[in-house]
Amino acid sequence: MHDVIVRKSFVSVEEIFHEGGPVAQKPLLRGIVGSVIKNPFAGRYVEDIVGFMDDLKPLGMKMAQDLIAALGGDASKVEGYGKASLVGETGELEHGALWHAPGGYSMRENLPASNAIVPSSKKVGGPGARIDVPVTHRNASYVRSHFDAIEVGLNDAPKADEMLVVLVMTTGPRIHNRAGGLAGADIIGKDGLK
Amino acid sequence: MKIRKIVTTVEEIHLEMGKTIAPPTRRAASTAVIENPFAGVFKEDLDLLMTVGEELGTLLGQKCVDALGIAPKDAESYGKAAMVGENGELEHAAAILHPKMGAPLRKAVEKGAALVPSSKKMGSMGQPLDVPLGHKDAAYVRSHFDAMEVRISDAPRANEIMVSIVVTDSGRPLPRVGGLESKDAKGEDGLR
Repeated sequence: MHDVIVRKSFVSVEEIFHEGGPVAQKPLLRGIVGSVIKNPFAGRYVEDIVGFMDDLKPLGMKMAQDLIAALGGDASKVEGYGKASLVGETGELEHGALWHAPGGYSMRENLPASNAIVPSSKKVGGPGARIDVPVTHRNASYVRSHFDAIEVGLNDAPKADEMLVVLVMTTGPRIHNRAGGLAGADIIGKDGLK
Repeated sequence: MKIRKIVTTVEEIHLEMGKTIAPPTRRAASTAVIENPFAGVFKEDLDLLMTVGEELGTLLGQKCVDALGIAPKDAESYGKAAMVGENGELEHAAAILHPKMGAPLRKAVEKGAALVPSSKKMGSMGQPLDVPLGHKDAAYVRSHFDAMEVRISDAPRANEIMVSIVVTDSGRPLPRVGGLESKDAKGEDGLR
């Protein structure tokens, strides 16, 4: 068991009205929540790290709830999601993988009908590094209108012995989506894919 | 004014050099990406952008205060900045920031006797914009000199301008370089 020590946290909401085409009736919201935490395994090789996933669960739950609140408080309005981790330089890519269970389940526990796998990205980087967080529909991964990505980064994080863990949520399709494919309205929503 | 997007971020610092910051210091940045009506042409009269500045002073100032979840009087410091896409002119940023943005921003944070610190630059998509910060009622309060970096991966496009306002409810996490303290500020002349 390791303490989860948070140095800083942030919530960011982007409201998109248009991208050169018709102005949307309702802006698309894309939200990010991030926490900069101490990496308990920085600086050395530790074989058994998997228990830290459980330690991260309460943080994941709080982050998911904070993000839903920042997007207006109605979980049913969230349509897309994604997650990412950025590991500081004395850590290891594998440490970033510890965010898979706590990051993913925290969102799926707080959102209705979220059968789709939560897409993710991870990398090792220094303060100011940027990571692109992939986004897909929460209930059917193949919904083409919801494929997106959100760039995240902080000028002062992650320091060498830290990790930045991130969740993202969106409230709808890309603002001028018109690339066809499976539409959100046509999904079956059972297998998480279609 | 044609707004393409608005990004609002609240950042909290809970720890600095191993010391717990309680309550955490908090900064909110709200940034609008707007079409530059004068991209690619020289216009002598920039009145239109001055009005845009006035509207954004209200809109972005309010978004910052709302995002912090504070009463306007509890705002402690502020700042503003703009980054003009490559088909614009540095003067376009000045027209937005300086003549008319201050009054509505001060209304959003209640009072605001001090000059609103500012920065401006020309830049392209994804470039960082550092927004300088100073105490809203007494510019010499040393604990509140700061800056917050803002950037948006897809802005500003060549024909756009990115306009940011930052409001805080606190100074730096561990201020200890002396000078005028917030509690000793009179807040009458905007300086001390």
